[in-house]
Amino acid sequence: MEMQTVSLRDGIFTTAYQTGGRGKPLVFLHGAGMPAGVNPTVARLAERFTVYAPIHPGWGETPEDIDHIDDIIDFALYYQDFFDALGLEQPIVVGHSLGGMLAAEIAALCSPCISKLVLVAPVGLWRDDAPIPDIFTMGPAELAPIVWHDLESPAAKAMMTPPETPEAQAAAMLGRAQSMAASGKFLWPIPDKGLKKRIHRIKVPTLILWGESDKLAPTVYASEFNSRIPGSRLEMIPNASHMVLVEQPGACAKAIIDFAG
Amino acid sequence: MNFHWFHLMPYRFLPDDFSTAYHSVWVDPPSHLYDPAKGNQLYNEFLDELEFADQLGFDGICCNEHHQNAYGLMPSPNLIAAALTRRTKNAALVVLGNSIALYNPPVRVAEEMAMLDCMSGGRLVAGFPVGTSMDTNYCYGMTPSTLRERYNEAHDLIIKAWTEPDVFSFNGKYTQLRYVNLWPRPLQKPHPPVWIPGGGSVETWEWTTAMEYVYCYLSYSGWIRGKQVMDGYWRNVEQTGGDDNPYHAGFLQLVCVSESAEQAEKDYAEHVEYFYDKCLHVWQGFADAPGYRTIRTLKAGFGPQVGQTATQARKGLKWKDLVDGGFVVAGSPQEVTDKMANVIEGLRVGQLMVLCQIGSMPPELVRKNTQMFATEVMPHLKGIWSQYEDKWTPKPLANRAEPQPVGAK
Repeated sequence: MEMQTVSLRDGIFTTAYQTGGRGKPLVFLHGAGMPAGVNPTVARLAERFTVYAPIHPGWGETPEDIDHIDDIIDFALYYQDFFDALGLEQPIVVGHSLGGMLAAEIAALCSPCISKLVLVAPVGLWRDDAPIPDIFTMGPAELAPIVWHDLESPAAKAMMTPPETPEAQAAAMLGRAQSMAASGKFLWPIPDKGLKKRIHRIKVPTLILWGESDKLAPTVYASEFNSRIPGSRLEMIPNASHMVLVEQPGACAKAIIDFAG
Repeated sequence: MNFHWFHLMPYRFLPDDFSTAYHSVWVDPPSHLYDPAKGNQLYNEFLDELEFADQLGFDGICCNEHHQNAYGLMPSPNLIAAALTRRTKNAALVVLGNSIALYNPPVRVAEEMAMLDCMSGGRLVAGFPVGTSMDTNYCYGMTPSTLRERYNEAHDLIIKAWTEPDVFSFNGKYTQLRYVNLWPRPLQKPHPPVWIPGGGSVETWEWTTAMEYVYCYLSYSGWIRGKQVMDGYWRNVEQTGGDDNPYHAGFLQLVCVSESAEQAEKDYAEHVEYFYDKCLHVWQGFADAPGYRTIRTLKAGFGPQVGQTATQARKGLKWKDLVDGGFVVAGSPQEVTDKMANVIEGLRVGQLMVLCQIGSMPPELVRKNTQMFATEVMPHLKGIWSQYEDKWTPKPLANRAEPQPVGAK
């Protein structure tokens, strides 16, 4: 995988994206946190697809890019611009968490624009009896138990261990501040921005993946998405929480390849 | 030199174990801790105390806006200011202020403040804080990263509503109005003086300097830390070619005057400790939403007033630490006068807000503290900055209307 950039909307945005692999185009839309390197599930998907993993506008080198995106609809249309700019013909779209909400909105607004949809623990619906926890009040230590199944895993420990040097700590803090500030535009104060009004418009084959231990996006929402997206398939992934793509990359990649390959 | 008497209106009946039994005084303190009968008692005490300050000759009396908390019972400062228009005579009504991004539409602020200005005979100071993260993001659901943009648009609409004589349309990002035509309009021209209470962000400094508004640093970390911020402010003023007139700078200082330093501790320590231990006990998760402060301000290293880091800095501080650390200026009238002269001159402030009712302080002590400050401290300091002209406090109507006797038969 290598990092490339593409200019969108007459240069308003310079979008950075990881890309690699061979095969049908697959776009991966990351969640609220700062993307750290290449997601292990996405790395496996590059064996069967040409993968595009953009960094959301505002999460990257130019935080002010998010100022041009006011709401989830703007965000969905931004990614349609991205598909057009790269000449992607009906890509498979895989979205995780906030990226899942985004992928669902793209599909609802323009099902003909994509060929298949994969939603991995998406947010975007709300039940008063199963509130999504307020991630914005949490630091890494509070977040870890609700997003990791195995707190002893190297990845979980890395999230909970502060970096060594003050400079690295400051950089991590600023990175979190930047990504959470941008996420707030789509999730604050309640992560329901109207998808329920549009979800019936999703007319592409859809796979929904969910970690069985997910405490950030409670598993009741798996059946909510499943029942509202016509013809969708739901697969629960054991021994995984919200970070299912990092915790069970083998199972996730297999499910996606079987579905879309 | 101007002295303004601030009331925060705290709920002073929280249980002793409040800060260990509950995680936050703000946003989600249990509602059962508020007794509305006590509320009836408290609001009347507080208003009496503010009226007392007017009678003692303070230049202004101040109220502010905060939501869902036991730190201050004023979600609507305009209601308090309205209650004050009738029995006060000379003090400016310093509404410090309306968190304008929370008013929908913002013309509501323009209208209510126009009413207050007319009702009071032109005594209103219009304060426009951005508002704390607790208030704006957690209580009122405003997205943190767009709060300042929303605030800026609200400000522009309010100023235009006050100053544009003809009906106008406003096609904003956050507010759309087809016919804006304010009735009533403020007495003061072009509009009441605008003061901006800030917690120390670079953006606020630059904007208040450019707009020639008063920048008020309202802090609970005392004047020693306050000086760091005000030094930064004045450096920024100089760098941007602003006016060095101290009357466009304000600062809040907790003050405790008694017969002696020892007596001040006997009188006030318990209540000051209540303030720091309970009134500022804000859960870290609510203190500073991501996006509330810009990356630029984060890099400049300004922390929020409340939350874990701020609390850690003040944790376990008792009276002696709070006095030695400059959090509270306390002592005999002479001692307080000397320290306040240092604060005023060191920070270059021409608008000093004093907090004489602190935490659980009951009415009799509030009157003692206020009276001693007004009669034995303030007169010695009034002459500071006499070489500068104050252009930022109200010039009220000379023959303003007063309440008339209404004896019904």
